[in-house]
Amino acid sequence: MPSAKKRPPIRVLIAKPGLDGHDRGAKVVARALRDAGMEVIYAGLRQTPEAIVQAAMEEDVDIVGLSILSGAHMALIPKILELIRKEGAGPIPVFVGGIIPDEDARRLRKLGVKAIFGPGASLQEIVESAKRLTGRTS
Amino acid sequence: MSSERRLPPAAHALINGDRRVLARLITGAENDDPGARAVLRAIYPRTGRAWLVGLAGPLGVGKSSLLNALISHLRGLGQNVAVVAVDPSSPFSGGSVLGDRIRLDRSPDDPGVFIRSMASRGHAGGLARATREVARLLEAAGFGIILLETVGSGQVDVEIREVATTSVVVLVPHLGDEVQTLKAGLFEIADVFCVNKSDLPGADRARRDLMEFASLGGGDPGWTVPVVATSATTPSGIPELWQAVEAHERYLDSSGKRIEGERRRLTQEILALAESRFVADLSRDPTLPRRLEPVLARRLDPETAARRWWVERRKGRT
Ligand SMILES: Nc1nc2c(ncn2[C@@H]2O[C@H](COP(=O)(O)OP(=O)(O)OP(=O)(O)O)[C@@H](O)[C@H]2O)c(=O)[nH]1
Ligand SMILES: [Mg+2]
Repeated sequence: MPSAKKRPPIRVLIAKPGLDGHDRGAKVVARALRDAGMEVIYAGLRQTPEAIVQAAMEEDVDIVGLSILSGAHMALIPKILELIRKEGAGPIPVFVGGIIPDEDARRLRKLGVKAIFGPGASLQEIVESAKRLTGRTS
Repeated sequence: MSSERRLPPAAHALINGDRRVLARLITGAENDDPGARAVLRAIYPRTGRAWLVGLAGPLGVGKSSLLNALISHLRGLGQNVAVVAVDPSSPFSGGSVLGDRIRLDRSPDDPGVFIRSMASRGHAGGLARATREVARLLEAAGFGIILLETVGSGQVDVEIREVATTSVVVLVPHLGDEVQTLKAGLFEIADVFCVNKSDLPGADRARRDLMEFASLGGGDPGWTVPVVATSATTPSGIPELWQAVEAHERYLDSSGKRIEGERRRLTQEILALAESRFVADLSRDPTLPRRLEPVLARRLDPETAARRWWVERRKGRT
């Protein structure tokens, strides 16, 4: 039905780059974002940077969330940011969840990661941050 | 080419295969955005020849895994292929987790494939409201084969018939009573039956049951619904599944059913679009509150009130 005034849902890609094989955290976040009314494309485990960026492009997402546990974040995340830039995809904001040492977190922020959530972050925080980063904080 | 020049720039980019523009236009079509609507109007004359192959079937029967196997098979044949996978939206939050992509692991630098997930956004019937429009955008971007995956709610995923040119109904072994219960919905829309997970015990039995069901006829007398056994994860039976789809598409051409189907689908589409406008218009009719009163007071029944309204509006307008 015509509902021109209703704002379209935020589209989020949740992906898990790297080789470690469990994605409970990413699934919990995906569900929380869904419960906040977002459309979450869940790309699953063991995604290469190329596959993640292609999914972000094809799915025309407003924001990308990466879950990382493997310690390979400093290899993978900069690569993803670089590919997003190359795609000419415009500035799709990227947030990261995982165990990331402070020093690395600083460098990732400098490279363009918009938010980093450690294991202690609440789902509420993540949802609010996704809304803010996509300019939907009404 | 003067008609080329009159195309909106986005339509031009779309036709030239710009993936980013395609992705944005799909979002626009989903959101019923005026820019996307203008492009859809402009490209419409170029559409209508693609094969729209729908995969419908209950939750977890392996629809996405079959898509994955079909993508590699079709790429092996040198065909471009686009995929639209629909998942349900939550009726409570309006949100959705779209998980079909997990099963699709094609090479990321292959330009012959495009995959898009869509949420149903409350649309009933197993597809999203904008599925047809999205298929047209994909066709205009050069995809002659478009695979559609329905929500997976089994019996009610019947809208695929109003969108796809070939509907594949996917089931698994040990249907048992399901054969009985599903008879009245999904079964009637099948152009091809696929028994997936045929690596599991019971596949032969399921295949025989379905063949028996298919041989009873009832649908199109010119087409006997083939039953193909597959295992999407092995994979096996995938070339046979595609051959069955091709045979159906060829049958549509040779029998004249393609035009017939197109006539039926477009009639439905126009009716549905007109209906939503009429309903929007009616709900703004200033006489509606006045018409409600006698119905609320139980002096007039709703059917009579609606009929009088309809008659009066017709007199007033035509
Ligand atoms: N043994 C076996 N398992 C399969 C086969 N095809 C799919 N599966 C498994 O069945 C499960 C569901 O597969 P999907 O492809 O996600 O099924 P689906 O129909 O797309 O599921 P929904 O989209 O949730 O309705 C997965 O665990 C697959 O690995 C098959 O041919 N044989
Ligand atoms: Mg699926």
